[in-house]
Amino acid sequence: MGLEEKLPSGILLSTVEGVVNWSRKSSLWPATFGLACCAIEMMATGAGRYDLARFGMEVFRPSPRQADLMIVAGRVSQKMAPVVRQIYDQMPEPKWVIAMGVCASSGGMFNNYAIVQGVDHIVPVDMYLPGCPPRPEMLMDAILKLHDKIMDEPLGANAKRREREGYQPRELVASSQRYTKEGKKASRAAFFAERKS
Amino acid sequence: MASFLDPVKGFGLTFSTMFKKATTESYPEDVRPTAPRYHGRHMLNRHPDGLEKCIGCELCAWACPADAIYVEGADNTDARRYSPGERYAAVYQINYLRCIFCGLCIEACPTRSLTMTNEYELADDSRQDLIFTKEQLLAPLLPGMEQPPHPMRLGTSDADYYLGAASPGDRAGEPVQRDVR
Repeated sequence: MGLEEKLPSGILLSTVEGVVNWSRKSSLWPATFGLACCAIEMMATGAGRYDLARFGMEVFRPSPRQADLMIVAGRVSQKMAPVVRQIYDQMPEPKWVIAMGVCASSGGMFNNYAIVQGVDHIVPVDMYLPGCPPRPEMLMDAILKLHDKIMDEPLGANAKRREREGYQPRELVASSQRYTKEGKKASRAAFFAERKS
Repeated sequence: MASFLDPVKGFGLTFSTMFKKATTESYPEDVRPTAPRYHGRHMLNRHPDGLEKCIGCELCAWACPADAIYVEGADNTDARRYSPGERYAAVYQINYLRCIFCGLCIEACPTRSLTMTNEYELADDSRQDLIFTKEQLLAPLLPGMEQPPHPMRLGTSDADYYLGAASPGDRAGEPVQRDVR
């Protein structure tokens, strides 16, 4: 009935992969999960001035079972590590992790026996975000870069092809450049060029 | 009578905010400037002829509370000169996954070689790429500058470099901006 019937055969208005990835990145729900001072900046990012709702993620889920993004905000002590891992395990697939701030990313200035030297010792991290604590813009930048990574994730046969042939991951661009008019045009062109090949 | 209206007053407040200007900043499209002295990514400055200001003294690495800076000095020779004076930094790395942007390294720097920029969009997906090397940290070559190694162009003594006019990257003497947060 719609537009797709007027199109010649073999043309779909988008790819399943494109639509799936787009819907995944457009409603990333973070788990409510703050460990230290970085959580204060994370709260500021969710509040009115920076307003994470603009990216479809205003609801910090109180239960990990409804969340797909874990923002590890703050230092993870050895005692807290199993708890972090359990929260991660309770989240349903697909899930992503941002290590927010230097303590979560590498231990930061706490180079001692009490702090886990990087949360990637216990969970796989998709985005490392430096800063102590990072300003809200930095967190949004990390989230937007993660959006680009999610859009770049292959599904099914494409995933197998990538595994077989290897691939060059999409380059991460600073958000202030990525979301200008030219930046948006360039990323759109890259997206369609990938689909054509 | 007043107590009867109290529940409605709350709605009045909600209603009145509809006519207030939204405070939301639309960050990626509209990037507001930081405070002029915001502690962002570091920069290694150059002398006006392109020679590096860094003399490889490692004072920044000693001052760093997070051990984020790694410096390896080497001797300048007349054939290969990177900075005026005796030594230069052959290896200079800042690990941004340790750096807490406190600015103690900037205070420690005796030649004002190391300063901070206002750039903050540093997130990346690999720990390796967040260790910035000297090439990434060095200031770009301005017109009139020449890529080291090259001989000292401003004069033969240290005084020609260190007692001369203010050089690029040195913002002392500029008026302080007051109109930003």
